[in-house]
Amino acid sequence: MAVFRDVMPAFDLLQPDSVAEATRLLDQNGAGAWIMAGGLDSFDWLKDRIKKPQVLVDLSGIGELKGIRVSSDGVEIGAMTTLTEIADHPAIQKNYSVLSDAVSVVASPQIRNQGTLGGNVSQDTRCWYYRGGWPCYRAGGNICYADTPVGRNREHAIFGADRCVAVHPSDSAPALIALDAKFVIRSAKGERTVDAEDYFIGPDVDITRLNILGPGDLLTAIRIPAAWSGAKFYFEKIRDRNVWDFPLMNVASAMEVNGGSISRIRIAASAVAPRPMRLRNVEDAVTGKPANASTGEMAGNLAVQGAVPLQFNGYKIPLMRNLVKRAIAGAPEAA
Amino acid sequence: MRLIQWVTDPWGQHVPAHIAWGLIWVAVIFAMLFMILHALYVAFVSGPRAFAKNTAPMAESDIPEHVPRHSLAARLFHWIMAASMLTLLVTAFLPKMGVRFNWVLYHWIAGVVLTISILFHVIHSSFFLDFWSIWPDRIDLRDAISRSLRFFGKRAPAPRRFAKYPLENKFYHLVIVIAGLAVIGTGLFMMKRIETPIFSRNPYLFSDMTWGLMYVLHGLAGVGLIALVIVHIYMGVRPEKLPITKSMIFGWMSRDFYLEEHDPERWVLDKRNADKPASSRGKRGYAPSDAD
Ligand SMILES: Cc1cc2nc3c(=O)[nH]c(=O)nc-3n(C[C@H](O)[C@H](O)[C@H](O)COP(=O)(O)OP(=O)(O)OC[C@H]3O[C@@H](n4cnc5c(N)ncnc54)[C@H](O)[C@@H]3O)c2cc1C
Ligand code: HEM
Ligand code: SF4
Repeated sequence: MAVFRDVMPAFDLLQPDSVAEATRLLDQNGAGAWIMAGGLDSFDWLKDRIKKPQVLVDLSGIGELKGIRVSSDGVEIGAMTTLTEIADHPAIQKNYSVLSDAVSVVASPQIRNQGTLGGNVSQDTRCWYYRGGWPCYRAGGNICYADTPVGRNREHAIFGADRCVAVHPSDSAPALIALDAKFVIRSAKGERTVDAEDYFIGPDVDITRLNILGPGDLLTAIRIPAAWSGAKFYFEKIRDRNVWDFPLMNVASAMEVNGGSISRIRIAASAVAPRPMRLRNVEDAVTGKPANASTGEMAGNLAVQGAVPLQFNGYKIPLMRNLVKRAIAGAPEAA
Repeated sequence: MRLIQWVTDPWGQHVPAHIAWGLIWVAVIFAMLFMILHALYVAFVSGPRAFAKNTAPMAESDIPEHVPRHSLAARLFHWIMAASMLTLLVTAFLPKMGVRFNWVLYHWIAGVVLTISILFHVIHSSFFLDFWSIWPDRIDLRDAISRSLRFFGKRAPAPRRFAKYPLENKFYHLVIVIAGLAVIGTGLFMMKRIETPIFSRNPYLFSDMTWGLMYVLHGLAGVGLIALVIVHIYMGVRPEKLPITKSMIFGWMSRDFYLEEHDPERWVLDKRNADKPASSRGKRGYAPSDAD
């Protein structure tokens, strides 16, 4: 429990220079290995001595994992590409601006320079009981400290809780779900690709992880298909401090409007549930409807159906209703 | 190997959190060893079984061809309990072995089914069946001693045939009652920790230490049940026990098996009901005396 903020626990530092070498090392060390990308989340855990891996596999020397490759099929972004590179990339700004918008409001410029896309989607939850080293469910204990009458749960989930009420904190995740991105995972057994929304898991399935990666798995790239290139995008993030902060909520959508009607749409929200949440009921309900205020109103109301607020996060319900409404109907112009 | 996983709670207290999940394998290995040793014992060591002659007053012709053993209600209970028990085991332990699914939901629902079915069983067997038929009695113990002495070549009177249930079944029932009540008792309280439509959540009902001990007791009884259930299934499919297993499906056993294994004086068939399914209220020692 005691949190030491002095030196990190001892581990072997492994620095592979290829994906093949990295997967071999990960396979060899199994659950004892910790993958490090930009280190922003990793160092929190290590310096606080809450996670104590035997080996640290540092991905920073693997060139294959870096960079953005544009093709007629879409864009492939290496897992080690920094958030700044993505935010500044002209092809992404032009055709997939929902992603550049999302990553450009992540934390601060310094963090975006160092933080990677792979790390951003694979980062752990920010629940402070857990990060403070309290032995809650997610840390392997048998209680949730946040979901109690006096628990500090202002930032926590209104959907999808199952014993753990923590939320997924990523800004890039809902944008990637809206773009129907595919996550490429490599392990000693080979390569597999999963849909963005299936990369994330809730506590009902595994209370100790936020994603499907198991020991030996490495996220190598994220592929964005051309299918949504140039669509009408929306990304909005609400946070306590606009200088830099984790989202209290964000909503991302990709929409195609033909003759005033929504012909297809994908919409997702983060920081509302333990996994970034695709709003399928909203997508189904608004398809074929005009992209106007009344459809937005209906979509907002639909989005919050079934929400279960905790003691201190009831505000998330009107917040979500309004963000979803704005995603469909557009934000009113500032006076 | 550590038997318990400990954590330090926010007040600095060292409290238990779960059992060490390695105990799952201990239970599985124990059950495997038991099965191997038992199979070897039956195949190579134990001779043909010798019983004292039956002295029952009932003429053989009075015994129906199909001897009623388990009423429909008792059989339904058994299989509902078995289904919920298997669901509980699978939902509890597969996730600990790395299989990911939303286990808690299925687990607590199966837990409630098990609790209700056991409640029914307690009432049914206490008031409508022969409650005492499943508990070891003096004759069982005396016969067990005789059997042991004879096994070691000592002189002892031949044991009598069994009453409705052999002693091994009675012991098994006793152990499963203890383990079953432990998981139910703790499981019902643990439902206060999670969100269900049945109880309102109150994770602060007990102190961290009491909760921890409850999780550990639930886990220990749970892994105990892994071994008990494996052994039970093994016994159920052994060729010499199949007539007993079949009676849990069809409700009756054959006259031959009844006379071979059971003592009509200790498991007295109710002549009035002998040709009917064993469902009516039974007197002590009479046929409709389901207790498992
Ligand atoms: C002060 C602060 C504020 C922040 N604010 C925001 C915010 O507003 N919005 C937001 O979205 N994020 C925010 N973040 C998160 C940040 O942007 C980083 O994305 C995140 O911390 C991790 O990125 P990283 O590259 O440093 O990865 P690391 O910290 O090295 O890794 C994070 C996790 O991902 C795993 N991992 C990393 N790469 C891979 C891979 N290729 N394959 C498999 N597993 C991998 C690591 O094992 C680790 O568990 C903030 C972080 C900090 C420290
Ligand atoms: C065969 C019987 C059973 C087995 C093997 C079993 C096993 C387990 C195990 C191993 C756990 C995990 C415990 C831990 O995290 O330390 C668990 C959790 C749980 N069990 Fe059972 N159990 C059984 C019966 C029951 C019953 C009858 C109930 C309810 C009436 C129940 C309710 C629960 C609940 C609510 C949890 C979740 C607690 C939490 O995660 O906080 N179980 N069970
Ligand atoms: S919300 Fe989740 S991470 Fe936070 S205390 Fe509860 S179980 Fe732990």
